[in-house]
Amino acid sequence: MAHYLLSVHSVDGELREPMTDDAMKESFRQIGILEAEMKSSGSWVFSGRLHGPDTATVVRISNGELLTTDGPFAESKEHLGGFYIIEAQDLDAALALASKVTKVIKRPIEVWPFVDVRS
Amino acid sequence: MFGADSPRKGSAAFPIDEAVVSRIFREEYGRSVAALIRAFGDIDVAEDAVQEAFAVALRKWPGAGLPPNPGGWITTTARNVATDRQRRESRGRELLREVAVLLPRNGDPGTSKEVGPVQDDRLRLIFTCCHPALSTEAQVALTLRLLGGLSTKEVARSFLVTEATLAQRLVRAKRKIKAARIPYRVPEVHELPGRLRPVLAVIYLLFNAGLTGPTEPDLCLEAIRLARILAMLMPDEPEVAGLLALLLLTESRRASRLRADGSLVVLGEQDRGRWDQALIGEGQAIVRRCLRRNQPGPYQLQAAINAVHADAATFEQTDWSQIVALYDQLIAVTPTPVVALNRAIAIGEVQGPAAALALVDELDLDNYYPLHATRADLLRRLGRNSEAATAYQRAAAMAPTDAERDFLRLGGRASR
Repeated sequence: MAHYLLSVHSVDGELREPMTDDAMKESFRQIGILEAEMKSSGSWVFSGRLHGPDTATVVRISNGELLTTDGPFAESKEHLGGFYIIEAQDLDAALALASKVTKVIKRPIEVWPFVDVRS
Repeated sequence: MFGADSPRKGSAAFPIDEAVVSRIFREEYGRSVAALIRAFGDIDVAEDAVQEAFAVALRKWPGAGLPPNPGGWITTTARNVATDRQRRESRGRELLREVAVLLPRNGDPGTSKEVGPVQDDRLRLIFTCCHPALSTEAQVALTLRLLGGLSTKEVARSFLVTEATLAQRLVRAKRKIKAARIPYRVPEVHELPGRLRPVLAVIYLLFNAGLTGPTEPDLCLEAIRLARILAMLMPDEPEVAGLLALLLLTESRRASRLRADGSLVVLGEQDRGRWDQALIGEGQAIVRRCLRRNQPGPYQLQAAINAVHADAATFEQTDWSQIVALYDQLIAVTPTPVVALNRAIAIGEVQGPAAALALVDELDLDNYYPLHATRADLLRRLGRNSEAATAYQRAAAMAPTDAERDFLRLGGRASR
């Protein structure tokens, strides 16, 4: 088994058709069903949605001193909006889960393998 | 190279030299590498071991003679080489035991459950090489290297990139296979349509690369070889058969396709006496089987169109209405402007150049030089000579080779 990050990216200023309340509810309901399915099959490890990039903070060592600044780390139009960490047999199994997620949330999903710490 | 060591052993009936071994290398490399990848779960281990096995063969065969089953001999020898290496390189017995325990899980999860005939490992390999998670460039390079047994140098040469670039591409692709755990298995039936598409596309791309620029090694023949293997391993997939038929029928026209200066001879002007009848016969037989099966797809339809062309003794005798009917089906499954252009050309042969021109002028293909060459030809046939001249100039300005450009500059009349 291996771990994969399924990440969802948001793009600043990207125009998306606003969802009606009903559509939003339906979307959450489907995400709920999908996550329950992932948990019962043992593939769900962790997941979450993130606040916007203006809420991020960066700490770093600069000239030997700890520096705390307003984030995010990279100035970019795209940022991480949310993610799943899943466990899967191989890439095909991870991609199968990712396809289910993208169908529900209607956004592209990036699938990243974690480095296997045992190897 | 061998003569000095073993002057008496090399059998006169079976002179085994580097040429013999390299022929066997090309034929057997893919099969051996595929088997070793399944056994050891690692592409690099498999490649190194198979290469080492061929080095052993080069030393042994000239003296001992060719084994009865050279491919099996190579695979067995490579297996032993890899096992020895693993034993030597593993740091202690514990690690070895751990590797052994991990292997079944690292390997094909479906193996134990598999029913029916034993699958050829090459089928697993082609689906791994052409996994949609890899870029097309990586898919092509891996397929040629691992299944085709071409050297990095040969693959690089056929795609006009440096050997270093190609080597880098292969390293990255293999790293991704390992890190992302791209599986080594034949996709399940419900996954097949999506997974077969890039496999067929890679083989078709190889063939076309060989068509547009005669390459060394010959990519057309390599593509046909891969298509044959795939057709043998997946006899129930109509599009696999369709692709093989399409390649065979296109290949049958090789001798008449190019002029001495390298420019393209259009179908209507080719010397049909030079078409390869054996390839045509084989291709048409496959097309007939596809028709009986009646599950048409883009490759089968293109093969059928080529089969109709191959039937006609002259361009004028072509059954154009059948070709139009096939293009109607093709455009329904592959609605691209290039298919629409070819359909328009066929309609022109049935309804005349005016009907074709009306269709051609609706297409959004301004950057595709065959569109302008086609327009030029239709305008010329309609007697609209100055417009035809303009269209020939546009086509010539975009032509990919000098020979093609000169041909079009002369109003497409170089050899008429």
